[in-house]
Order: sequence, then C-alpha cells, then structure tokens
Amino acid sequence: MSQPWIRPLRSWALIGALTGMFVVASAGTFVAQAADPIKIGLGMALTGGLSANGKPALLAMQIWKDDVNKKGGLLGRPVELVFYDDQTNPATVPGIYAKLLDVDKVDLVVSGYGTNLIAPLMPIAMERKLTVIGIFGLGNNEKYRYPNYFQISPTGPDPATSTATGFFELAAKQTPKPQTVALVGADAEYPQTALGGARELIKRLGFKTVYDRTYPPSTVDYTPIVRAIKATNPDIVFVASYPPDSVGMLRAAHEVGLQPKIMGGGMVGLQFTTVMASMGPMLNGIVNYDYWVPEPTMMFPGIQDFYKQYQPRAAKEGVDTLGYYLPPYAYAAMQVLGQAVEASKSLDQQKIADYIRNTEFSTIVGKIRFGKNGEWAKGRTLMVQYQKVQGSDIEQFRGPGKKPVLYPEELKSGNIIYPYSAALK
Amino acid sequence: MFSWDLLANAVVSGLLLGGFYAAVSLGISLIFGLLEIANIAQPAFVVLGAYAAYVLNNAYEVDPILTGLAFTPVFYVLGAVVYRVYYESFERRGDEALRGLVFFFGLLFILEVSLSLKFGVDYRLVQTAYTKTSIEFGGVGIAFRYLVPCVIGIAMTLALYLFLSRTFYGRAIRAVSQDQQALRLMGVNPIQIKTIAFGVGIAAASLAGALLICIAPVIPSTDRDYIGRMFAITVLGGMGSIGGTLVAGIILGVAESFMATFFGPSWSLAVSFGILLIALAVRPAGLFGR
Repeated sequence: MSQPWIRPLRSWALIGALTGMFVVASAGTFVAQAADPIKIGLGMALTGGLSANGKPALLAMQIWKDDVNKKGGLLGRPVELVFYDDQTNPATVPGIYAKLLDVDKVDLVVSGYGTNLIAPLMPIAMERKLTVIGIFGLGNNEKYRYPNYFQISPTGPDPATSTATGFFELAAKQTPKPQTVALVGADAEYPQTALGGARELIKRLGFKTVYDRTYPPSTVDYTPIVRAIKATNPDIVFVASYPPDSVGMLRAAHEVGLQPKIMGGGMVGLQFTTVMASMGPMLNGIVNYDYWVPEPTMMFPGIQDFYKQYQPRAAKEGVDTLGYYLPPYAYAAMQVLGQAVEASKSLDQQKIADYIRNTEFSTIVGKIRFGKNGEWAKGRTLMVQYQKVQGSDIEQFRGPGKKPVLYPEELKSGNIIYPYSAALK
Repeated sequence: MFSWDLLANAVVSGLLLGGFYAAVSLGISLIFGLLEIANIAQPAFVVLGAYAAYVLNNAYEVDPILTGLAFTPVFYVLGAVVYRVYYESFERRGDEALRGLVFFFGLLFILEVSLSLKFGVDYRLVQTAYTKTSIEFGGVGIAFRYLVPCVIGIAMTLALYLFLSRTFYGRAIRAVSQDQQALRLMGVNPIQIKTIAFGVGIAAASLAGALLICIAPVIPSTDRDYIGRMFAITVLGGMGSIGGTLVAGIILGVAESFMATFFGPSWSLAVSFGILLIALAVRPAGLFGR
C-alpha cells in the first residue's frame, strides 16, 4: 500500500531526473562542440603502383596525429585524419577531394603522394583557395604559381635539376675527370623531368652525351638496354627510373658487366628496405639521390623519436620497415601544417598559407623555409653512395657507413669510392 | 652502333624473354583461346603464384620454382571453384559476355587488394643462386634468371601440348571448344571438362608466378603490366594454339629486345603490337589459328 507522500516525491524525482538528463545532455553537447576534431583530409596511394610509398607516408601522418593528440591536439581540439585510397590513379583525385570538402567537411587538406597525384589537386586547390602541402611532387606548381601551395620534398627552387645537380657536380670533381655520359630513364613524368635536368647539367659542365634513350615503364628485360649502353663505353651512366626498373637496370648491369666510372643518379626504389635487402652487395658503388640516411650529419631533433615509433609499426603493417625515404618528410609536412595552425590560431586557409610562406619551421628533417613556387627555398637533395654492403641483412642499414652522404658539402659524412669498379671489390 | 655481338645478344635475350612470355600466357591461351572465357583476372593469379613463391622463399629459402610446382594442385582447385561460380552465376544464364567480363575484373581487384592487405605494398623479390648467375658463350651473355624461366616455359608448353593432344581429357577440352553439343551427345559433361580446363589454366599461373618473381620484383598491382601482353600473345599465336603461344611469345620477345638494342627501347612495345596488328591483318585467326 503506497503512502500519500510518496506520489509527490515520485513527481519531484521524475522532474529532477529529467532536469539532470537535460543538463548532462547540454553539457555533453557543449563538450562535443568544444572537442570537435580538426579534420585533415587527403587521398593517398594505398593500392597501385605508388602504394609502396603511399602506405608508409600515411603511417607517418598517423604517427604525427597520435603525437599531436597526446599533447592536446591543435587549438585545443583533437586531430582526425580522413583519408581515401586514390589507387595511384589521378582520375580518382577530384572525386576524393570533392567528397573530403563537401561531405566530410574537412578543415584542411594535404596532397597524396607523387607528382601525378598532386597535379589534379592543383586546380581544385586554386578554385577553392585551399592551402595545400604537396607530398613529393616534382615541379607541380611551375605553371600555376599558386601562392598557397607548398611542397615538402627538399628538391629546392629548381626541381628539374635537383637530382642531376649533385650527381654531375660530384662527377666533375673526380680525377681523372669523366668525359662521356649515357642517359637512360623510363617514359614517365619524373624520369623525363630528371633527364631534362641532367641534359642541362651536361651542357653546363661540359660532358659529352654518347647515349640518350628512354624505355616504357612496363619493360621486362633490361639487358638489351644495358648492352646498348655498354657498347657506347660511357664514363658516367645517369639512370632515372622507378623501383622495378631500378632493380632491372642494376641486375642487368651486373649480368652484362657494365662498369662505368660513376653510375646511378635518379634511381627511385633503391632507398626502399626490401629492395636494399634483396639487392645487397649489388648496390655497392652506386651513387644515388636520397633524402634522409642515418648518418651523423642528418640527425635532426626528433628524428630518432620518430623512428622509434615508425619502425615497429611499419614492421607490423608490412610497409617499408626502415622508412628512410618518404615517411620523415610526410611527418614533417604535418608538422608544418600543425605549427602553422597553432601559430596563426586559426583554420583560415589564407592565414595559414601566409604564415607558412613567411616562417622557418623546425621539423624532424631539419629547418624548412619555403620559397619560389612553394618549393624549399634552398634545395637539399643528397647524393649518397652505397658502400661495403654485405649480404641481405637489413640491420646493416640502420647505422651510419653504408650510405655516406657525399653531397651537399655541409652534410657530407664520407668520401666517394671512385671509380665504380673500386667499390665493387 | 651495330655489331654482330650486339645482334647475337639481342636475339638470345629475345628468345629467353619469349620463353618466359609463353609461360605467363599459356593459362590465358587455354582459358581464353580454347574456352573463349575472357579471364582478365589471369595475371592476378600469376601474381598470386609469385607471392606464394616469395613467402616460402623468404621464410624457408625454398626454391621458387619448386613452390610454383607444389602449388599447382592448390591453384587447380582454386581455378575449378572460380569457374563453377562463373558458370552458375553467368554462363548458365547466358550472361557470360559482359557480366562475365565484369566478374573477372572484380576478381582481379579482389585478388590485388587481398594481396595488398596481407603482404603490404613493398616490392618483393626472391633470393636464389641462379637469379644472380650469368654465363657467357662467345660474347653472348646468358642470365640464368631468364634462362631458367625460358626452359620451364618451353617445358610447360610441351607438357600442355601433349596433355591436349594425347590424353582423353585434353582431347575433350579441345572438343568442348569446338562443339559442346556434340560432346554432350557422346556422354561427356562439357561443364566438367571446362572446369578441368579452367583449373589447368589457373594451375599454370602458379608456375608462371614463380618464374615472374625470379625475373623482376613484384607488387600486388604488377598484374596490370601483363594483361595486354598475355592477350596479345594469345591472339597473335592463334586462339587456342599452344605451340602458337610459344612462337608468338618469342616473336614479341625478340622484337622487344631487338628494338631496345638498336633503335631505342621506347619503340619496343609499339613495334611488338605493330607486329600483332600486321599479323592479324594478314591472318585474322592468328599465326596458328584455326
């Protein structure tokens, strides 16, 4: 039997509960608004030809996101990455960024990996007045000159000659000075640009070209190409290639016995862990471009902490285990964006772009200042030489000595073994 | 730049490459050439075979060719299952033309993405003694990583030719490509025969994949580089002609090698496909087609 005072008590309890729920719900809404994540959107090559670099790049960006969120996020809000697989297909890029901007309502964008995937983003960025950080695009902004585009690879103000400059300047310093050059590369955008730069350097430094040919990227057998090069007896062989052709050219050079005085230049892929492990001693003597190597001159603040996180996660996810090529730069791109957001205290695209344009950034790949066309104000493409590589153990590449930096002078950590044949002994 | 040494080397390189091309094209020659099923997922099965070879070579240093051979029964069963699904879903309903093509397109992407998820997207290579060895005979260099796939390609061609011409099931496969109704009247189930043929075609991909990873590094999307070549070789050789596949592979291989040596490698693929067009203009059924 219920007591008469119980009914009003029940009513007050109900009112109290409803009020409480309302207050909690309101507070929840308020908290949710305050903690709404800052969304950074991107398309990335997670499948297709460039995915071997796209996946490690994404992993590096995720590590940056985790690091930033551990420190409280940006502008007091957590950071969220919204990404889609562009399948290494430029045709997917406009759709991906339209979805990111119109459906996912991202606050900021960064590009996918590579020149061909950045190219379709440029008109979208210009139309919508976005600030874009490009991930390893070669000369994407040469024609557009869009002021709010910034590019993270250290190719410098003249991307076309960035790969060839160090290689040919090094060659010109050797005694006896090499005279003749063979140029070879794939029929694709990056190799064509790099070969164009090489031709300019050859003219400038007074070398003589004895072979200048390109090949289709789907070539299976490289031995006929290498034999034709060998028949011209060049002192220098400059190769601008993508990973499968880099491997094919190197193997063919060893099979055919091609031994110029200096070989390499723009071979993409020789920097990748699995390729280094598989090629092993075949790499010895190759002088090639690189962006980061574990040499004492390259130990910028924060880089070792980054690798402490990256390498175990990469091993687990089956992506580039060492990650010396693209990952630190992908992380640095996010550092630039993050620092610009914090400093300008805004998500306004123009304010962020203005800040990036006028500031020198401290990142895990060193100090970065952007200049003409959004490229690094001063280029820093390294030339390294593979030396004393033994067997296929990747552990040997974790420390210094296997890829000493030969160029530029201010980052030099070792001396070239010249001629090429001496490095093979 | 002409020299007899270069010419001899170009011809030998082309022959070796041709043997390898035949090995990767035999499966499609059987499935597309004889059964007239446009299995554009075939190169993805070849890449799957390459990954099987990679896994065992990487973990236990097993020779990739042995792995390729050992996995042929597994691939045979896989092929039989794929054909049954295709038959039940499309062929039986008469939808095989366009929808069947979409089915194999889908299968290609599923295989590619599955490999990406499982193995990541790093370039994978194998280590064997012969992938690093080469010999020279009178100025002609022979790299074992091409010689071994060529020899195996020729052996595969011979084995498939003997199977199709000397065994009951082989003759039944050839019969099913000519007249299914007649075969049925003779008490043979054409679907069972097609299942066997499809299984054999996919089994060939296991070995072809092992040869592929001996020659070049592989990523899940490597299959896309081979789709055009495989179909071109099948058509040039003549639909369903196993010997023709070997000859067509060698023609394309020699043409590529010759162009790469003397006229610039850029022209090699264009000339190969130019040969295909000319051959089809003269002989629309292909070199050895019926």
